[in-house]
Amino acid sequence: MMTLKVNGHDHQIDADPDTPLLYVLREDIQLNAAKFGCGLGQCGACTVIVDGKAVLSCITPLLLLEGKQVTTLEGLGTVETPATIQRAFMEEQAAQCGYCIAGMMMRAQALLQKNPKPTDAQIRTELEPHLCRCGTHMRILRAVHRAAHLMQTADASPVQRSAQ
Amino acid sequence: MKKSGIIGSVLVALVAGGALAAFAIAWRPAISAIDPPAPQSFDPALVKRGRELAAIGNCADCHTVRGGRDFAGGLQVPTPFGTIYSSNITPDAETGIGSWSEIAFRRAMRSGVARDGQHLYPTFPYDHFTNVTDDDDQALYAYLMTRPPVRAAARQNQLPFPLDRRVVIAGWKLLFLRLGTVEPDLNQSAEWNRGAYLVEGLAHCGACHTPRNALGAERTSARFAGGEADNWNAYAINSRSPSPVPWDTEALFAYLRQGFHPDHGTARGPMAEVVSNLSSVKESDVHAIATYMAGVFGAPTPERKRQGDEVLAQAKFSSSPVALTDAAGAAIYAAACATCHETSRPLPYGGVNLALSTPISAPDPRNLVNIVLSGVRPVEGERSPIMPGFAGSMNDGQIAALVGYLRARFSNQPAWTGVENTIADARRTQTVFLQTSAGPANAPADPTQRDKR
Repeated sequence: MMTLKVNGHDHQIDADPDTPLLYVLREDIQLNAAKFGCGLGQCGACTVIVDGKAVLSCITPLLLLEGKQVTTLEGLGTVETPATIQRAFMEEQAAQCGYCIAGMMMRAQALLQKNPKPTDAQIRTELEPHLCRCGTHMRILRAVHRAAHLMQTADASPVQRSAQ
Repeated sequence: MKKSGIIGSVLVALVAGGALAAFAIAWRPAISAIDPPAPQSFDPALVKRGRELAAIGNCADCHTVRGGRDFAGGLQVPTPFGTIYSSNITPDAETGIGSWSEIAFRRAMRSGVARDGQHLYPTFPYDHFTNVTDDDDQALYAYLMTRPPVRAAARQNQLPFPLDRRVVIAGWKLLFLRLGTVEPDLNQSAEWNRGAYLVEGLAHCGACHTPRNALGAERTSARFAGGEADNWNAYAINSRSPSPVPWDTEALFAYLRQGFHPDHGTARGPMAEVVSNLSSVKESDVHAIATYMAGVFGAPTPERKRQGDEVLAQAKFSSSPVALTDAAGAAIYAAACATCHETSRPLPYGGVNLALSTPISAPDPRNLVNIVLSGVRPVEGERSPIMPGFAGSMNDGQIAALVGYLRARFSNQPAWTGVENTIADARRTQTVFLQTSAGPANAPADPTQRDKR
């Protein structure tokens, strides 16, 4: 039994310490935003945030997460009140099949937390580990820029937005 | 004439003589500018040979920034003395070498002097390039002058006074630049001599693999004893090599040619670009380099050979962990590393058995920490080894535990000290790790194809 902190809640997990975080998120806690893509840490679909950093959950065993704070896409916003990054991706219609998008958003979120005004080149470099086979890369780039812009303005809060 | 007058005259003569001598040492004339020669004026066969030579010389690695235009320069090269930026060696007349004649190019290669007579910093390894023959310089010139010209002005070097005065370099050359250091050895084979010519000259292996003295020159008494490159250890490649299994000609050839060898693992870090280049040149040249370097490594002592054989035998059967000195490290290894490193998937797609890993047996943990943090990124346009990095998922304590465990289990060397400092330092510089570019492979050698990129 170990305690795993996910999206601000403590979860008691009964799993082997070498179990990948992704399996625990999807199967034990039913948080299905993070996707299984390659299982080798090479496609980015499983990306979540651990203590502010983007992490590939398919190759991160539970034992590395003692005392750390895990954030998944579900922890950022909901359908009713999407987080800024989610709103920006929707407004730019950045998803086609959508399989890579949760991972893309998580790494973009981690980037914007440490660098609120990234350049085009910085976004490209940061998102390089993420594969998108539909080819919506240009929309994804625009969405990250839009999120950066929204986060700079009062318009960013989803609460304010729903009040409009 | 009074006595004081005589002394005065002698002093004046001495000062004037000294100034004249200093002038003779430091001053080099400008060579007249030319109009950039038409690409069609070069023999395509010569250009093609120049392409291979430029690959052996790894020119693009320093003269191209990641994502930038080939050979347009601008790469930041940190040195203990300050930051130097690589120059634009495309044939742009104003910002590149378009106005350089072949004579000016050869002078730069041979003695580190720019066309306008300015001394070049030895970051440009002319202490090796001085050994390149006129014929090879001619081919390199033909290749570079047929690349697409790129307008990119040189960036200002950041060096403290007096190192920002290029005249200082003349003194450095006086101390350290030796012309013609490769003499053919008639007791050795033609292949060995070819290898010596390439290794000591154009390939400039010692620039990274030989330690440098306080003035930044290679220590001739410690040739190939291990140096540094871009925050990576460039291992000793002589009898002091830390490799668990001794190198021989065929292993060196395979490693340099295909980028990995089953008994040694894969070439990554700054060496990735080198092996990528060597995969595109004449096989015989790579074999010549391997032959010469095998001589530099020397035949292993019987004891070293026995140890190597033992490691190889042990690596075939994944042994159960010996005394668990570090349970936390062992658990991390089992959960995060063993799934790839203990499968029998062959290289380069499976992980190397870590008993064969040079970083784990090396004198310093830097390369191991670099790889754990950043992993091994796929190279664009190539089949290449991959490994995810763990910078985000492991904290410093977890990495230290893992590194300590790997050292204890997979090497017969004493524990490292100062691992925490290495980890902190590696995290700081991590962003520049493992940068690889496809290099000049995209640049067609045929000058008539230059616009079809």
